Amino acid sequence: MFDFLEGYDLLGAFWVTVKLTLLSAVGSLIWGTVLAAMRVGPVPLMRGFGTAYVNIVRNIPLTVIILFASLGLNQTLNVTLGGGDDFDVINFRLAVLGLIVYTSAFVCEAIRSGINTVPVGQAEAARAIGLNFFQVLRLVVLPQAFRSVIGPLANVLIALTKNTTVAAAIGVAEAATLMKEMIENEAQLILISAVFAFGFVVLTLPVGLVLGWVSKKVAVKR
Amino acid sequence: MSSVLYDAQGPRAKRRNVLFTVLFAIVLAAVLWWVYQNLDEKGQLAWDKWKMFFTGTEAWTTYILPGLKNTVIAAALAMVIALPLGAVLGIARLSDHAWVRGPVTVVVEFFRAIPVLILMIFAVALYSKYTDINSDDRPLYAVVTGLVLYNASVLAEIVRAGILSLPKGQTEAAQAIGLRKTQTMTSVLLPQAVTAMLPAIVSQLVVIVKDTALGGAVLTFPDLLSSANTMSSYYGANTIASFTVVAVIYIVINFSLTSFASWLERRMRRSKRSTGAVLGVDKVADLNAAEVGDSFGAEAGGGRTSDS
Repeated sequence: MFDFLEGYDLLGAFWVTVKLTLLSAVGSLIWGTVLAAMRVGPVPLMRGFGTAYVNIVRNIPLTVIILFASLGLNQTLNVTLGGGDDFDVINFRLAVLGLIVYTSAFVCEAIRSGINTVPVGQAEAARAIGLNFFQVLRLVVLPQAFRSVIGPLANVLIALTKNTTVAAAIGVAEAATLMKEMIENEAQLILISAVFAFGFVVLTLPVGLVLGWVSKKVAVKR
Repeated sequence: MSSVLYDAQGPRAKRRNVLFTVLFAIVLAAVLWWVYQNLDEKGQLAWDKWKMFFTGTEAWTTYILPGLKNTVIAAALAMVIALPLGAVLGIARLSDHAWVRGPVTVVVEFFRAIPVLILMIFAVALYSKYTDINSDDRPLYAVVTGLVLYNASVLAEIVRAGILSLPKGQTEAAQAIGLRKTQTMTSVLLPQAVTAMLPAIVSQLVVIVKDTALGGAVLTFPDLLSSANTMSSYYGANTIASFTVVAVIYIVINFSLTSFASWLERRMRRSKRSTGAVLGVDKVADLNAAEVGDSFGAEAGGGRTSDS
């Protein structure tokens, strides 16, 4: 029944999806946190930059960003991100870059909303004992904020997993690309689709369940 | 809110802020300079590559506006079909009968867990195999199908959260005056939930508009994004210019929708007529991934307004 799978590297394709997800997740967590710090900080120029970045990036389709990375950055401006002549490597890196640029805006908003859940008294008390802005953020506010944003961040991670399929638009050999190829060559449309749908359910469901459990476990009880 | 994290600034803090501002401005300027240099070197800033958008109407009437029209048509169709479907699914998920609730829950969670692109690829193959929709219309049908399947399940969650966010007294009062379950839903809960959900529904429209671009990139749907591609090959490699113009159009559309949603949200939180339940814009971001943690609605009616 599943002999149509022969000759296709199904696991390999999903492994590319996982790699795209993990690399982009780490990148956008870092960049998103920096953006969030800028947005709540005391320097007006950084605040303005953070706000502008988030508002612009959130309102552009991810597809446009990723296609632009390939057609604009790579083919027009010859940015290769150290990939040399290997188009597979370059496209993979460009896809990761695009995903980071896009996802970090959502990470930033999730963290900022987490900062909003920390009671005013916490920051006031921290300032009262003489901590400066970075100390307030690093020692008091962010540790509490991160604990309350695990739920929203898990959502961002799941959305990111699904968004990696957009990399198919620039030919990265991930799950959606393989699915398109298989549907063109094989007859079992419904079965193939079911296999890929199942693959994504397997990738996203445990993340949701585990992180949902963790977010309940570590949530600051108020 | 931001002023909570730091004190009113004294002379030293002010000096430090100026330093940070200057440093950041230098970094920003360096990045912009690098981008400018690169663009200039590759000749992407030449007036030739940009003039078609500012002089003459050909670029607009031949490429951008038809593409924009298709994007709007796909988004509008998807919303119009997904909304009633989502309402039905959302209400069914709240049913008292397990045999209704169970399957609907599975369907909703399933379609929220799968990437829209996978749904679209499936739909286009399905239509070409089992229907005689001609190949020009197929991408539009596939895009709308994918968007409807995904967004109906997200809207189902929004409807469910909207109904759950209403105070319990509403149901109890309706029961007390002897309304049936259907009557309670249609004449008491749903009208109030719809008002509470309006901002969330408008923000969902942003997600739909953004996802139509998938059709342009992967399914040869002639939308706004693919018009950028066509233009850059027709006008001779003005990729940067075409993409910038198209991106600005997306930003304008979506930013207006987002602002409208936040305005609606603020207005509803202020108004005294409703029950106070409002599903905000940030709710939509959560619902577009998958359900995590406990049920929605518990905090949805709470007073925490998002500052914007």
